[in-house]
Amino acid sequence: MAIDADTVRKVARLARIRVEESALEPMAKELTGIMAWIEQLAEVDTDGVEPMTSNVAIKLPLREDVVTDGERQGAVLANAPRSDKGFFVVPKVVE
Amino acid sequence: MSERAPYRVQGRTGEWELVLGLEVHAQVASNAKLFSGAATGFGAEPNMHVSLVDAGFPGMLPVINKYCVEQAVKTGFGLRAEINHVSVFDRKNYFYPDLPQGYQISQFKQPIVGEGTLEVERDDGSRFKVGIERLHLEQDAGKSVHDMDPHWTYVDLNRSGVALMEIVSKPHMRSPEDAAAYVKTLRTLVRYLGTCDGDMEKGNLRADVNVSVCRPGQFEKFMASGDFTHLGTRCEIKNVNSMRFIQQAIVYEARRQVEILEDGGKIDQETRLFDPGKGETRSMRSKEDAMDYRYFPDPDLLPLELDPAWVKAIQATLPELPDAKRERLQSQYGLSAYDAGVLVIEGARADYFEQAAKGVDAKLVSNFTTNELLSRLSKDGLEIDQSPIPPEDIGGLVALIQDGTISSKIAKEVFDHMWAGEGAPAKIVEARGLKQVTDTGAIEKAIDEIMAANPDKVAAARDKPQAVGWFVGQVMKATGGKANPAAVNQILQTKLGL
Repeated sequence: MAIDADTVRKVARLARIRVEESALEPMAKELTGIMAWIEQLAEVDTDGVEPMTSNVAIKLPLREDVVTDGERQGAVLANAPRSDKGFFVVPKVVE
Repeated sequence: MSERAPYRVQGRTGEWELVLGLEVHAQVASNAKLFSGAATGFGAEPNMHVSLVDAGFPGMLPVINKYCVEQAVKTGFGLRAEINHVSVFDRKNYFYPDLPQGYQISQFKQPIVGEGTLEVERDDGSRFKVGIERLHLEQDAGKSVHDMDPHWTYVDLNRSGVALMEIVSKPHMRSPEDAAAYVKTLRTLVRYLGTCDGDMEKGNLRADVNVSVCRPGQFEKFMASGDFTHLGTRCEIKNVNSMRFIQQAIVYEARRQVEILEDGGKIDQETRLFDPGKGETRSMRSKEDAMDYRYFPDPDLLPLELDPAWVKAIQATLPELPDAKRERLQSQYGLSAYDAGVLVIEGARADYFEQAAKGVDAKLVSNFTTNELLSRLSKDGLEIDQSPIPPEDIGGLVALIQDGTISSKIAKEVFDHMWAGEGAPAKIVEARGLKQVTDTGAIEKAIDEIMAANPDKVAAARDKPQAVGWFVGQVMKATGGKANPAAVNQILQTKLGL
């Protein structure tokens, strides 16, 4: 699978990562190489093999419906660059 | 099941029809969130009901709430849907300040509940079926407040991570009224099941409405083939939170799409917002920002596998569902479809009725419950479980009518005293002397006196039998409305020689 500069630009935008225009082409080449390397896996015949979701034989653990957390507004807001009246405060977002 | 003509928009180039599908988000009525131990309660101080998981702190891991899974399965059974014993949680990736993780944990390819059906009842009692596409579990986002400061947005994460059931219908609704009826029926269902409180004002149940328009005949082709290309391009109207707004938004959106199409334009598949103030919808996201959620299985969560024995046990806890209850009320008590429908809207109403109807005329009990009691309650903003009159007293009142102690007219007066908190009906009738006079001697005496005092009226009544009504009124007045009307009529007929 070949990745072009436009795809890199789109993915970078979706991921909110700034990539300079001059870096798009080299990165596209690099990613194409990585994809080609991963695609070797497709050579393995996996017909009739269940996808492996974990390398340990456990099931998804379930929690009881009990309140055990929260009530820690101070800790939650501690790293916020800006907060006021218990809210996170961020640059205006307009819908 | 009744087929009904779809809603039509008359355009310059002919008629258009509506096709509607709904995505309803129902908040699971749980104590704790879907993947954390923080509380879900409404009205807390901002960011109080937030754990470090909900705030998206690095390294925090989600652990699923068993009760939320159970409610999703229960709702699935209520929708007569297929329960998927293996389902998978995916990450839906997008950036917004009230989504601290940078993704929402949802279910994309393998939801917990598959296809089902909901039988919807319209206000007039007629019914139609809506196919359910799926139900999946997902996290709610936080809340952005835009009006606290001109330059900044305020974010409260209390809702972040609360469990939602997203219930997706097939595009089977054809009019604004039917879409609202669908939401109403779904709301009643989840309230019966106890899986969601259905409170639309608090946003605990809200709908995204998918609207498209097509020429007459196209919908039938789609239904026959399942091929969506027979239908128009749809727009999704986000987060409409009342039955009235759902209808307004659809009417506006249908008109907008028809105008574009008739001007030779094309509908862009997009997300729109409904503005209740202006009664219109507007585009939410610009085209270059077209959403690409890049779903992938959440590596923090293993697939959800349901133990078949547990699923069976959940099924066994299902209460009698609204449609089954409505049918039973009709057959067991002889109620009309309409009355039964009014009673089953709330499980508590039907329970109240059944308690009151024990051993007495159920039809009369239903009349007192649906007419007198429910209108008083709604006037005072009360729910039926807050009724000042216990169900046994409605039963008692009806018993007094049945054994002839009071007339139905007096019963309404007794009801007023019951509402005012004066106690049991028999006690009120006794204390206020409201017993019906069936003693013919007393009635005769009253009639004799009236006839003696009004010889002209007596003559008039002998000429014109309709004038007897005047006498009935006088007798009632003389006896304080307590005379048995049948007895009065009979004695009058004899005395006047009619």
